[in-house]
Amino acid sequence: MNEQQQTLWQFMSQQSDKLLMQTLQHIGLTFISLIIAVIIGLPLGIWITRKKQFSGIILGIAGVLQTIPSIALLGFMIPLLGIGVKPAIVALLLYALLPIIRNTFTGIDGVDASVKEAATGMGMSKWQVLSKVELPLAMPVILAGIRTATVINVGVATLASYIAAGGLGEFIFGGISLNNTNMILAGAIPAALLAIIFDFLLSRVQKLNFKKIKTATAALPVLLIIMASFYFIPSAYGSKLIAGFTPEFMGRQDGNLGLRSKYGLKINPVVISDAVMYKAAYEKQLDVISGYSTDGRLKAYNLVVLDDDKKIFPPYYAAPIVREDALRRFPDLEQTLNLLSGEINDVVMTELNYRTDYLHQSPERVAEDFLRSKSLLKPARGGNAGVVRIGSKIFGEQYILANIYSLLIKGYTDHDVSTKTGLGGTNICFGAMENNQIDLYPEYTGTGLLAILHPPAKIVDALIADKDKTYDYVAKEFEKKYNIKWLKPIGFNNAYALMMREKKARQLNIKTISDLKRYLESKN
Amino acid sequence: MIQVEHLSKHFGAVKAVDDISFEVKEHENLILLGTSGCGKTTTLKMLNRLIEPTSGGIRINGEDVLKQKPEELRRGIGYVLQNTGLFPHYTIAENIAIVPQLLKWDNKRIENRTAELIEKLHLSTDQLKAYPNELSGGQQQRAGLARALVADPPILLMDEPFGALDTITRSKIQAEFKELDELKKKTIIMVTHDVQEAFTLGDRICLMDKGKIIQIGTPAELLFKPAHDFVKDFLKEQRLQLEFKAVKAPQPPEGGAFELDGAIITADVSLWWLLEQLKFTKAERISVLDHEHKKVGSLGFDDLMSAFYQYQSHSAHE
Repeated sequence: MNEQQQTLWQFMSQQSDKLLMQTLQHIGLTFISLIIAVIIGLPLGIWITRKKQFSGIILGIAGVLQTIPSIALLGFMIPLLGIGVKPAIVALLLYALLPIIRNTFTGIDGVDASVKEAATGMGMSKWQVLSKVELPLAMPVILAGIRTATVINVGVATLASYIAAGGLGEFIFGGISLNNTNMILAGAIPAALLAIIFDFLLSRVQKLNFKKIKTATAALPVLLIIMASFYFIPSAYGSKLIAGFTPEFMGRQDGNLGLRSKYGLKINPVVISDAVMYKAAYEKQLDVISGYSTDGRLKAYNLVVLDDDKKIFPPYYAAPIVREDALRRFPDLEQTLNLLSGEINDVVMTELNYRTDYLHQSPERVAEDFLRSKSLLKPARGGNAGVVRIGSKIFGEQYILANIYSLLIKGYTDHDVSTKTGLGGTNICFGAMENNQIDLYPEYTGTGLLAILHPPAKIVDALIADKDKTYDYVAKEFEKKYNIKWLKPIGFNNAYALMMREKKARQLNIKTISDLKRYLESKN
Repeated sequence: MIQVEHLSKHFGAVKAVDDISFEVKEHENLILLGTSGCGKTTTLKMLNRLIEPTSGGIRINGEDVLKQKPEELRRGIGYVLQNTGLFPHYTIAENIAIVPQLLKWDNKRIENRTAELIEKLHLSTDQLKAYPNELSGGQQQRAGLARALVADPPILLMDEPFGALDTITRSKIQAEFKELDELKKKTIIMVTHDVQEAFTLGDRICLMDKGKIIQIGTPAELLFKPAHDFVKDFLKEQRLQLEFKAVKAPQPPEGGAFELDGAIITADVSLWWLLEQLKFTKAERISVLDHEHKKVGSLGFDDLMSAFYQYQSHSAHE
């Protein structure tokens, strides 16, 4: 425990520059969007107290906006506003609107009718009734709304890092991807503290008496603007090409750290979610991104992979892994599965992924079309000599492979097949295999090495550059430890890769990561 | 001073006020009396245009109210509400200063006028700095009255001003109200559903039902010359007490007054009022004074009662 605290403290002090920058960005994002939300929400809330027939619609719309998942909302924003701070602010302000509109409405509506009548009866104009009576009396309720909105915004602002708007989410999501508790806490604790502090301060403002609330209401806009300006303190990126990496890639040795140490690449990337990164590259919001080499979006968005000429990305060659007892039970299984060996290279796999992920064709159909094109498709024999259980992880490529294997087994053997697709991540899928719930699933050499075997760093370093050595090592160790056999590799390598828009890469004549480095360092 | 002509207010199909006409003379105290939903409050609120009439006209000093700017009209008419309508976020002093500030008085003038008023209304200087919720119901009502009176408007509209007070506080404030110099120079229109209050405070009473005026007249006229069975029924339960209230005391010589325990009582009071004073002070007789405040006679309980019976038999024979 003590050690854990110490290391967290060490991590935070080590990263104090970054932490301060992210915290300032976080506060800035929260308050910029809050100010805009107040500027929009307050008049709207007042307006619907005057036009009650619209109150249902307006509050309904604001309510619906709040139910849109934040990631989806951020996704919608990209075609309209690109990535970075603009869409983040718009998304945050949409979430902040509901509490502000609703509380303004409730607060003003709740002002004692006889007080309003007295104000009018004494000869106050509509504007005077609003500014001298209704707003001051509704202020505690309106402030409660702003308080709620602030706390919501501090929370949602963590997601801003998905679209390269910075904030404490960079640490949180980086930490989750890298399973680095200290990193998660270094982002989560300050974010939680911000929420608690702002909530407390605003609760104090709310409890002030009428006299002081006047001063507070006057001081609040000034304070908000100061807070909002925090966002602009950390300087923006200043590179010729804008790079966007996933939080996971940012913190990995076989990711950004390796790019820095092995290539000396200084590109100062923004942190962005995998979900929106490819699209952002396509829309010229980003020039260089970190991705997976067989991702279907490569084809969809016309991106090219830069050659990893110094071999820092470990190989992730796919191969079926099968329980030994299943191979004994189904003697013709191995040769059937090996029919696929060498048939799918990176380009083919990317194409297949493109058809499912982007053209939304079913994995069954894609698998069938592929086998037909390779003249490997045979009609199902409808045999009943036992059932082979095929598993897959929960992404498109795995579904396609599972379907291909299923068709092959049905066509070339007398066995029947049951598929258990969508088994979450590696741990779940491999766990199912260990527990004899599935007989086989497609796995990647890099995953087998780093996520399942966890060998000491020395062994990893020795193996990582060489795809054959990695394959041999995992095959041997799986046999020994789990009685699971790696069959022949399918042919493609779904590894980390740097990629650029094809046109841009051609224009700048960048083919390899070393080319990229040379370009960045030229004309500086 | 105030002329209301064929005034109507319809809310959809409901005729809240249905073609009523009446007149209020200067310095008169007219009570709009009736059960809830009879249209009395709607009538009152049309006078300062808190409610816009469907049809008809209102004139104050000959000027058409409906052609004036509502805000300016209202600044010249004092308005007192049942629940005081004091601003909870303003101190009593700030509440009283609202209309003067709208009229752009300077601070000195507001201060002087406020000091003058709170003395008349028996409020203390300390209470000026208090917020409304720190005051008792009676004190709040006084503050509400001060707020309506501060700019010295010639007309005062009062919507059940004593309705929220307990019985004891109410009669005490009603008594003060009757004695207040400030109010004697005002034309007052007051809404109430309390028959006793109407008879205590009203010069004339306008009895309304279902948006129409049933009868308008002095308390005595309503009691002794009811225009309609409705009037009789409305007053039936409290008839005896009302009669005492409706009958004026035997009048002293022109310009004179009454005196009891050293306190001067104006001549224009009801029998009921004098009887109550006798009861409270436990004195035997009330002195009758002439215009120079010299004692010219006295009245005892028996004199007051015989004056009442005389009036009653007189109006019965009429």
